[in-house]
Amino acid sequence: MDPQQYQQIEQQNTPPTPYLKNALKAFLVGGIICAIGQAITYLYIIFFDFTDKTAGNATVATMVFIAMVLTGLGLYRKLGAFAGAGSAVPVTGFGNAVVSAAIEGRTEGWVLGVGSNMFKLAGSVILFGVGSAFFIALIKLILVSMGVVKW
Amino acid sequence: MVFFSFLIAFIVGGLICVVGQLIMDVGKLTPGHTLAILVVAGAVLDGLGLYEPLIDFAGAGATVPITSFGNSLTHGALAEAEKHGWVGVLTGMFEVTSSGISAAIVFGLIAALIFKPKGKAN
Repeated sequence: MDPQQYQQIEQQNTPPTPYLKNALKAFLVGGIICAIGQAITYLYIIFFDFTDKTAGNATVATMVFIAMVLTGLGLYRKLGAFAGAGSAVPVTGFGNAVVSAAIEGRTEGWVLGVGSNMFKLAGSVILFGVGSAFFIALIKLILVSMGVVKW
Repeated sequence: MVFFSFLIAFIVGGLICVVGQLIMDVGKLTPGHTLAILVVAGAVLDGLGLYEPLIDFAGAGATVPITSFGNSLTHGALAEAEKHGWVGVLTGMFEVTSSGISAAIVFGLIAALIFKPKGKAN
């Protein structure tokens, strides 16, 4: 059997990806998580004297806490199996990646297990976030010093 | 008014998740790749000055998805760069976004203390 034929057969036998269904599930779950975030934002603004600008940070931290509880109870994995990107894209997904890696790391000890593995999954988010932020800030700094744009 | 802000957070946050899902399904990429792409997208949008208006419009719909991580990294770096020049790019980077990372580390530690590993990824 030549590779082309093999590819054809493979394509015929893989079940088609349910794009629309997956997108709908991601929309629903992701939207609900963000609406919960909005509720937490309001709580911080009303009860803890945060402003519109500063409440975002507190909200993110609280969402990570919720992700920790759900991950520890094994519930976030079930949510992820249903929602796909709907549970991975919100910051709770980032929290889940860190927390689950930390819990699993315990089998290898506190230093080499928990400490080293914590950012095993989430590290790429930090790397690409910091990397792109660095280059964008640099480009803008150069453009401003050349007088092309303003701050 | 309050109801609308929930609705907008739901719709905008949901749509960002749909973009992530499409990157995964259509682009055949892993969740790790998808999140990396979204973080870079958030950083680029802030560089163009577009992410802050989105936060003003959508609230948690824009601050909860991981794109806001790229946005706040860039935002901190730009704000400090404006004040202190080259050094500010490095000193300002984690100024705004520190809460997400420190929360993840602290809660990761606490979770490792409380919960027992279950074998398969949680």
